[in-house]
Amino acid sequence: MVIAIDPQLNKLSKEECERHLEVFEGRIARGDKVEPTDWMPEEYRHQLIRLIHVHANSEICGALPEGKWIPHAPSFKRKMALLAKVQDEVGHAQLLYRAAETLGASRQQMIEDLISGKSKFSNVFHYPAEIWTDVAIIAWLIDGAAIVNQTMMSDGSYGPYSRALKRICYEEAFHLKHGYEMVVTIAQGTKKQREMLQDSLDRWWPPIMMFHGPADKVSKHTTMLVQWGVKLKTNDEQRQQFLRQFVPKMLDLGLHIPDPNLRLDEKTGEWLYTEPDWDEFKRVINGGGPVSGDRVATRKLAHEEGRWVREALAAAATNQPVPMPTMTD
Amino acid sequence: MIATIDTLHDMEASLKSAVIDLLYRLADDAIIIGHRGSEWTGFAPILEEDIAFSSMAQDDMGHAQTFYQMLFELGEPDPDTNVFARKLDQWTCAGMVSISSQRDWAMSLVRKYFYDVAASIRLDALAEGALVPLAQLARKLRSEKKYHLMHGTMWIPRLGTGTRESHQLMQSAVDTLYPHALGMFEPTSADLLLEQAGVCPREDELRKRWQAEVENVLCGATLKVDADMSPVFGGRAGKHPKDLMALLDDMQLVYNLDPHAKW
Ligand SMILES: [Fe+2]
Ligand SMILES: [Fe+2]
Repeated sequence: MVIAIDPQLNKLSKEECERHLEVFEGRIARGDKVEPTDWMPEEYRHQLIRLIHVHANSEICGALPEGKWIPHAPSFKRKMALLAKVQDEVGHAQLLYRAAETLGASRQQMIEDLISGKSKFSNVFHYPAEIWTDVAIIAWLIDGAAIVNQTMMSDGSYGPYSRALKRICYEEAFHLKHGYEMVVTIAQGTKKQREMLQDSLDRWWPPIMMFHGPADKVSKHTTMLVQWGVKLKTNDEQRQQFLRQFVPKMLDLGLHIPDPNLRLDEKTGEWLYTEPDWDEFKRVINGGGPVSGDRVATRKLAHEEGRWVREALAAAATNQPVPMPTMTD
Repeated sequence: MIATIDTLHDMEASLKSAVIDLLYRLADDAIIIGHRGSEWTGFAPILEEDIAFSSMAQDDMGHAQTFYQMLFELGEPDPDTNVFARKLDQWTCAGMVSISSQRDWAMSLVRKYFYDVAASIRLDALAEGALVPLAQLARKLRSEKKYHLMHGTMWIPRLGTGTRESHQLMQSAVDTLYPHALGMFEPTSADLLLEQAGVCPREDELRKRWQAEVENVLCGATLKVDADMSPVFGGRAGKHPKDLMALLDDMQLVYNLDPHAKW
């Protein structure tokens, strides 16, 4: 299937458009990376900015449900590991905003779009982390689902995004380990602990099943992203990969998965499941989730309360250099 | 020349209890400042600082853990029990680290800097001290403190001189915190023994070094210190600002669900 690009948007004649597009698509077909200085269709640029922006927003908003539990972590080991993990997520946001900047987006604008509710973030971060065991489920299953997505995207055609994702995936592997280890420890714990863990899973399972996005038959963004090598697997393919990887482990741990229709189709090797409620998904990512407003409000408050620091930083950059004190060694 | 003490088990009872007292102060300060630092994770004014504060908080918690570990070797409870099961009046952290500053970046930054200078000065002194295992530990930890100090000496002048608003906020943080910072050097009954054994100088000696270094940086940042301020003491004796109770309630929340459970 051929994607037509808009000559007006690309500020080229129709013929030039076709010529450029042929070269561009040829490079993608050969597996070359597209770099910031290369010609690219404006449609590609817009889609990538949208994608990376949503991804960056998700990292920064994803820091909130887990970050809330850092003060409550019940041991040195958990406290430091959770802090390190959430720090990584903020670091991912920073890396991704930088990748989006290579396409001409500004961090300031992206953050303002997030706090004005104009831009989106992942559906799962619109739900609250209510109890400690939620952070175990999040680190294991949500980071696990994110790894499925991000590993696939890290082979994508845009160089800076692909490289940022390679590094992110490297760190995500530690998050997954940290999450799995927590889940295993709790699953081997007291009856009360196991009940808490099951409660967490019961609440998080439906949003997790929606994490990879709408079913292929209704997903609208997929075609162009697939054609241009940004997205190498469909939403449903990612969901299947997630289920293959995690369901057996969950069952091994004695967890009950709250979907009566979940079963492996022996013939196709695919997992069958109850179709997620895509209306809920749409409502949630558009700001109608249980804590959508809180997430945006928290980011907004942090941004506004930090304004004086950013202003002082900008002023200090233009002031005379401040004499540095001598440091004792 | 003071004789070195080669292992933790070479100390007679009174010195041992003075060292235990010292280690609790070091450990309690470090875990509480680390906890306070981690309250910014996800909320800092810029992403770079979010990451820096989280990373320094981990270092501080790590330092606390090694001090508690040494206490454990001296027969005290294990690190987790100490942090998650101890009652308010058993803590000996300085009031300065306990004060809540959750939404105040200027307070957090100045407080962190005041603490880092104090911690570094102590580690430098301990590194030269007679108790060999503690001197070795101090040498290791102070190298990690260098980045923290650099962070403070870079940011304090930036915000002290940045804009009128930032200057005012920083000045007011200094005014509020300075008496509590002096309280980090509250004299204790262990001081004399520790000094005589060559483990650590007296608190008022450390305070002098601290003031010289801090006032130099504050001056470069156009921030003033009122010389007449008197220290706020109490923390070392287990008398804490009420913010510490709230902090401990937060910190011990999950642990208290079932102190025997593993999470
Ligand atoms: Fe991440
Ligand atoms: Fe992660």
